[in-house]
Amino acid sequence: MFMTKKQAQLLLLAAGVLMLLFGVWRGEADTVFSKAIRLCMECVGIG
Amino acid sequence: MDKKKLNPLARFRGFIQAGATLLTNIHLPNFAKGTLYQGNGKYVCVPGLNCYSCPGAAGACPVGAFQAVVGSSKFRFSYYITGILILFGVLLGRFICGFLCPFGWFQELLHKIPSPKLSTKKLKPLRYLKYAVLLVMVVLLPLLAVNELGMGDPFFCKYLCPQGVLEGALPLSLTNAGIRAALGKLFTWKACILLAVIMGSVVFYRPFCKWLCPLGAFYALLNKVSLFQMRVDTHKCVSCGACARACKMDVDITKTPNHAECIRCGMCMKACPTDAIQYKFGLGDQSNTETTKE
Repeated sequence: MFMTKKQAQLLLLAAGVLMLLFGVWRGEADTVFSKAIRLCMECVGIG
Repeated sequence: MDKKKLNPLARFRGFIQAGATLLTNIHLPNFAKGTLYQGNGKYVCVPGLNCYSCPGAAGACPVGAFQAVVGSSKFRFSYYITGILILFGVLLGRFICGFLCPFGWFQELLHKIPSPKLSTKKLKPLRYLKYAVLLVMVVLLPLLAVNELGMGDPFFCKYLCPQGVLEGALPLSLTNAGIRAALGKLFTWKACILLAVIMGSVVFYRPFCKWLCPLGAFYALLNKVSLFQMRVDTHKCVSCGACARACKMDVDITKTPNHAECIRCGMCMKACPTDAIQYKFGLGDQSNTETTKE
């Protein structure tokens, strides 16, 4: 066994937080926001 | 019938699902106005499958948001959405599917319609389809099938997701003549998928969750390590098999308490005659029977 379940959980939680922060830092949240506030044509089946 | 002390989460699951769906789509006046919420909540994604083109949507759809970032000309991968989904998945796993997902609840309500019910036990290989949907339609196609500007389509949202029609196209087209006039072949295709899921959900339990949902696939990958876990007390278990027979996700919880398909719905807890099955939340292995693999 490479690591215990607890170690895997802590590692994944840390990875999740770091990825989230890195994504915010490079501006991904703005891309998400600009897509989410407008009508998604593909989602509703227009184009 | 003897009274059991059932965990409140399992006991009030239907109410929790209704509450989660309402909170996820809390901007109800927008349904009448035919507009979308445009506030800061849309910076963050909700845990379940919920279209951000739903007039009431309080946040972004995680699957749609991931494709929007990957398919944009600026980014090739979304660390932001992946990070959020890892956090959701590690904290709650597929508890999200069982308690917080509006589309999962929708399918469960349809399954309550009186009709002959069909087992999905012999259709277990179809479970793997959702991982292919996640990899191909959510990650690879938006990344690789790009136009001259380097932008890719959200293939899952565009060609497969029935939530966009149910929560977006249908309510918006009722109040907006422009949208109603613009609906064409793509809408017809997606409406057919929605109709198939609706009819399938009446006879099968949660067919979209089991076989097609990429969000369920992602959370399934993290179900074994999620902090929210199932625990089977081997000292209380009498190996009667009632839990496995009651499970509509086709899991034998006594063999794999944290199986990738377990949505923590608690049906096994209700069926257990000795109260041997419990919810646990915490770091480390909280189950004491996770020794044999299915």
